[in-house]
Amino acid sequence: MQAARQADPPVVVRGIRKSFGDVQALDGVSLTIEAGSVLGLLGPNGAGKTTLVRILTTLLDPDGGSAAVAGFDVQRQKTQVRPRIGLAGQSAAVDGTLTGRENLEMVARLYHMPRRDAAARADALLRRFDLLEAAERQAGVYSGGMRRRLDLAASLVADPQVLFLDEPTTGLDPHGRLEMWAVIRELASAGATVLLTTQYLEEADQLADTIVVIDHGKVIAQGTAAELKSRTGGEFLTVRVSDLAMLDGARRVLAAAGDGEPVVDAAAGAVSVAVSNGAARLAGVVRDLDAAAVAIADVGLRQPTLDEVFLSLTGHRAASDDAAPPGRPRRGRRRA
Amino acid sequence: MMTDALEVLRAEARYGLVDALQLWKRNLLAYRRQPDLLVFSTIQPVMFVLLFAYVFGGAIQTGSIAYIDFLLPGILVQTVLFGSTQTGVGLAEDIRSGMIDRYRALPMARSAVIAGRILADATRNLFVMVLMIGVGFAIGFRFHGSVAGVVAMPLLGVLLGLAFSWISAVIGTSVKRAETAQVASFVWIFPLVFVSSIFVPVDTMPDWLQVVAENSPVTRAVNAMRGLAHGTDAREPLLWTAGWVVGIVTVFAPLAVWRYRTVT
Ligand SMILES: Nc1ncnc2c1ncn2[C@@H]1O[C@H](COP(=O)(O)OP(=O)(O)OP(=O)(O)O)[C@@H](O)[C@H]1O
Ligand SMILES: [Mg+2]
Repeated sequence: MQAARQADPPVVVRGIRKSFGDVQALDGVSLTIEAGSVLGLLGPNGAGKTTLVRILTTLLDPDGGSAAVAGFDVQRQKTQVRPRIGLAGQSAAVDGTLTGRENLEMVARLYHMPRRDAAARADALLRRFDLLEAAERQAGVYSGGMRRRLDLAASLVADPQVLFLDEPTTGLDPHGRLEMWAVIRELASAGATVLLTTQYLEEADQLADTIVVIDHGKVIAQGTAAELKSRTGGEFLTVRVSDLAMLDGARRVLAAAGDGEPVVDAAAGAVSVAVSNGAARLAGVVRDLDAAAVAIADVGLRQPTLDEVFLSLTGHRAASDDAAPPGRPRRGRRRA
Repeated sequence: MMTDALEVLRAEARYGLVDALQLWKRNLLAYRRQPDLLVFSTIQPVMFVLLFAYVFGGAIQTGSIAYIDFLLPGILVQTVLFGSTQTGVGLAEDIRSGMIDRYRALPMARSAVIAGRILADATRNLFVMVLMIGVGFAIGFRFHGSVAGVVAMPLLGVLLGLAFSWISAVIGTSVKRAETAQVASFVWIFPLVFVSSIFVPVDTMPDWLQVVAENSPVTRAVNAMRGLAHGTDAREPLLWTAGWVVGIVTVFAPLAVWRYRTVT
């Protein structure tokens, strides 16, 4: 049996492939997570995020490629991987008929902690995740945010070396999301190694040290948020018109001045385009708009959002724009 | 996978029981916290005892023994069979809710989730059977055998329920929804219940059906339990029942655990 080599990164993924029938969910994904860092796996619905998480947490065997978590092979050394990982899956896996405390104690006992240690651990986690007050209530009556926190607490019971969080904020209201972000930041600053999946570009930007963008089961970009932003070729020039009728005129001007196809946000009455040397072009664009009789409400240069990065990488918008409404089943859905 | 195989067996031997007991506790707590479910799932079998005793009691000839004495062991087995369908329903629900992913990512024994569920269902079966025997007693049922027979009769029912729970577990881990597990159970439970000696002596059935009925695990268990209750010789049906139980578990337990491990 091969021992964990401490120098190896805690997560090493090499060319993982997995298909379900004729759906290629993962098509040769490779990535590495360094100890103590947070990797944000960013992708739209059906990109393959959950499939990768399930493979790395030993729930699913890949068709090809290999992966090591905490130094052990996820396919051949499941028994060694499991005690070293924590998983908070896409749907909060808490038992609704048990109380919050009972849920955590049960998980601790299933990690084979002695009864007394299990009780102490449950108590500490309830305190840390602000669930002490609700500890004796059945988890079935918890709010969505509380269930997620309990689920996250359950994944931390055994002090895992690597933590997997699959869309930890999906389904939470803005308050719940901010709360969850705070919790994850705290874990990160305490030195946890985390793989976090998300459909929200902002979330990856906020929480992750490195971001891996996947689409249709392939890694299409990776780097820090700043690196990804620079991949679009620099800044964005945005013009907001004072009259929606002038939107098309503005689009034509920006198409001529920018480095790519302008993006029209009709709701905001704005048009954006990537520009490589924005400051130098700004004056010219304003002159051209004036010549085209486009009345400007606002004009400016800014860093691209990750949404725009995604668009420039994939040629289509991230799915958060047309995300499935809550309750709509997503599993098994094919993508065009 | 070969590298892991030895580790898996070791973990199974070491933690199989303690992990199953944790899940057993969890499932019993869940039952206790759904008093409505508990009430109705006990009223139903009690109702069956009363209905059959009073509605059919006069029509069915059971020879020298009172119909209630004939009926009660049969009704117990029927209840146990219906009870075992809950194993699959519960597992399907755990899969749907995502709970199973949590368990499967834990370093626990792979048989424990199913075994814990089955132990809880067996506990509930025992509880319901004792209650039914009490009700039967109130309307004239009597034991005519030894004290050992009194104890052994419901335990045999529990054992049969355990075996059928493994079949139910295979179904529960193979379907997508708890409702499907419930409906699918009836497909095999009903023929087993009716093509047996539960309600009527098998010698009233057509010849070909008699052969099936006589050898069914249900008939064997019912006959064994009747023997234990009536104080007649029960050794042959007891042996047959034991054989069936061992056979069913040997086939269906590995199948259920394998299904559980490969659920996607
Ligand atoms: N068990 C399964 N059976 C069949 N197809 C599946 C299964 N699991 C996933 N898929 C398919 O594989 C692809 C990737 O799915 P996956 O759940 O990994 O995506 P995801 O990135 O997690 O999406 P989401 O953001 O919607 O959770 C999808 O096309 C999905 O329909
Ligand atoms: Mg997913």
